[in-house]
Amino acid sequence: MFLTDRGKLWTVFVIVLALAILAPFASAYVILLVTQALILAILAMSLDILLGFTGLPSLGQAAYLGMGAYLTAILATRYDFGLGWSFWVVIVLGILIGAATAALFGLFAIRAAGVSFLMITLALGMCVWGLAYRWNSMTGGDNGINIPARPKFGIQLADGVTYYYLVLFFFVMSLAMLYVLIKSPFGRSLVGIRERELRMRILGYNTWLHKYIAFVIAGGFGGLAGVLWAHLNGIVSPQVVVLATSVDALLMVVLGGPGTLVGGAIGAAVVVFLRDYLSTVVPWWQYVLGGVYVLTILYLPGGLMGIPARIRRWREEQAGPGQEKKR
Amino acid sequence: MTQPIEQSGSSPVLELKGLSKSFGGLDAVQDVNLKVFPGDRRAIIGPNGAGKTTLFNLVTGVYPATSGQVLLFGRDITGWPSHRRTALGMARTFQVTSLFPKLTVLDNVLLAISGLRKMKFVMWRLLSSYRDLYDKAHLLLESVGYADRKHVEVRNLSHGEQRQIEIVLGLASDPKILLLDEPAAGLASGESREMAEFLKQLDPGLAILLIEHDMDVVFDVVDHITVLQFGKLVEEGTTAQIRHSPKVREIYLGTG
Repeated sequence: MFLTDRGKLWTVFVIVLALAILAPFASAYVILLVTQALILAILAMSLDILLGFTGLPSLGQAAYLGMGAYLTAILATRYDFGLGWSFWVVIVLGILIGAATAALFGLFAIRAAGVSFLMITLALGMCVWGLAYRWNSMTGGDNGINIPARPKFGIQLADGVTYYYLVLFFFVMSLAMLYVLIKSPFGRSLVGIRERELRMRILGYNTWLHKYIAFVIAGGFGGLAGVLWAHLNGIVSPQVVVLATSVDALLMVVLGGPGTLVGGAIGAAVVVFLRDYLSTVVPWWQYVLGGVYVLTILYLPGGLMGIPARIRRWREEQAGPGQEKKR
Repeated sequence: MTQPIEQSGSSPVLELKGLSKSFGGLDAVQDVNLKVFPGDRRAIIGPNGAGKTTLFNLVTGVYPATSGQVLLFGRDITGWPSHRRTALGMARTFQVTSLFPKLTVLDNVLLAISGLRKMKFVMWRLLSSYRDLYDKAHLLLESVGYADRKHVEVRNLSHGEQRQIEIVLGLASDPKILLLDEPAAGLASGESREMAEFLKQLDPGLAILLIEHDMDVVFDVVDHITVLQFGKLVEEGTTAQIRHSPKVREIYLGTG
C-alpha cells in the first residue's frame, strides 16, 4: 500500500467530513442514493468480517437485514413503537435480533467450511425469506408492511438530509467499532483462522468459538442496517430478504476488496450508483454489473482496494525483474 | 520449570497406554505404549506409512483414538480437543509447514503467544496496546535469532527459515513437551545441520518428541529412539542401541 496506517485513517476522516459538509448542497435524489449506499455499506462491512477476515463466505447476510427491517416495521405498525425516542430502543432491539438470528444460524453453519458453508448460509437465508413471504398475518406476505412515518424525537427524520446524517452517524460508529475489532487481539485471531485454521487450534484457540462470535457480531450489524433500511424506504417486503440482496452484499465486498473493511463501503457506493446510473441508460444494465463482477474476480482479486498494491508491484517489475526478491 | 530431572524418580510428562487407531480396516497405530520424561529427547523413526504422523495426531487430538489412553502430566486427556492440550503444556509442529504465510514473523509469533491468553477474546482494545505481549514476542525472536527479520512476511522466508519459525510458534506457548513432525523435511544438508543446532540450543528442560527421516539430525539431537513399523512399536532404546539393532537394520535395509 502507498499509505501508512495513519494516512489511511486520515483519508477516511476526510471522506467522512466531506460527506457531512457537502450533504446540504446535494439534490434530494443524490442524498437518497448516498443514504442507501451507507446502509448497505454497514451490511457489506459486517460481511467483510466474515468473508475477508475470517474466510467465511456467507450467502445469508440479507437474513439479518430482513430481521432488523421486519422487526422495525412490525413494532411500528402493530404497537406504534419506535416512532419517537423509542427509536433508539428499536435500534438496540434490531441489533439484538440480528445477533440472535445469527446465533441460531451459526449453530448449523459454523461447523461447515468453504462451499458447504456457502450453501448452508444460503439455505438459512432462504428460510427467512420463506417466513417473510408466507407468514401473511405477521409480515403482510408479498405486499410487505408500510411504515406510517419516520420517527421524530426533537428532530424530524422525515427530512431526507436529517435522516442521512443519522445514517452517516451509524455508519461512522460501525466503521470505528469494526476497525477496532479487526485491530484487536480477537480480530487478529480471525485472520489467523483464515490463514491456517488447524494451526490456530494447535496454538490453543477454540476456532469454532471465534468463528461463532464473529458470525454473531456480523449478524448484529446486519440487524442495525435492517432498522435503518426499513425507515429509509418506509416499506418492508420480502424483496429485502431475497437471495439477490445477500449476493449483492457479497459482491460489494468482493468488488471493493475483501479483508479491507472500507472496501465493503466502496463496493456499496459503486454498486448503488452504477446500478442507478445504468438502469437509466440501458435496459440490460444487470448484464453490465455482472460483467463488472466477473472481471473484478478474474483480474482484480484484491478488489478496488487492491489496485494500489497492483500498481506498485507492476512498477517494481518494470524497475527490474526479481528485485522484490531481495531482502 | 527448567530443571532437567533425570528419569527414574520423576513422573512422565507424556504417557501413552495401549494407544490404537484404525481407519476402517486399516490399523494405523496399534497398541503403542510410550513414556516421555521431562527433558527427554526422543525420536520416533520408521519407514513411510509406519503410523508416525498418525500417532502425533492422536497425541495432539487431531484424530480421536480408537482405543487406549493419552496421559499428559498424569491426566487422562484422550478425549480432549487440541486447544485444551496446548493449554496444559503440549505443542507441536507440522510435517508440512503450517504457518500464517501472509502475516509477518512478528505477527505469527504474536498469534502464537495470544493463543493461551484470555485476551485473545478482547475486541475493544488494539492488539498493539499490549506491551507485555510484544515484549515477550521480541524476547522469543531474539533468543532464536529472528529479531532483525520480524517484519518480513513469512512467505518470503526460505524453506529452512520457515521450518525454524514453525518451531518458534510451538515454543510461544511455553510448552513442557514439544512434538516435532519432521523438522528437517525438505531441507538441504547444510540447512538440516543448522536445524540440528537450532534444536540443541533449546531449553534442556523441554521434552522433545521428534519424527525425522534425516538420521544425522536424529543422532545429533536425541538420546532415545522408538521404532515404529506397521503401526506397532517394534524397538526402543538409546541411540547407540538402535544404531546397532539388527531388527532395525532389517526394517530399513532388509525385506521388512
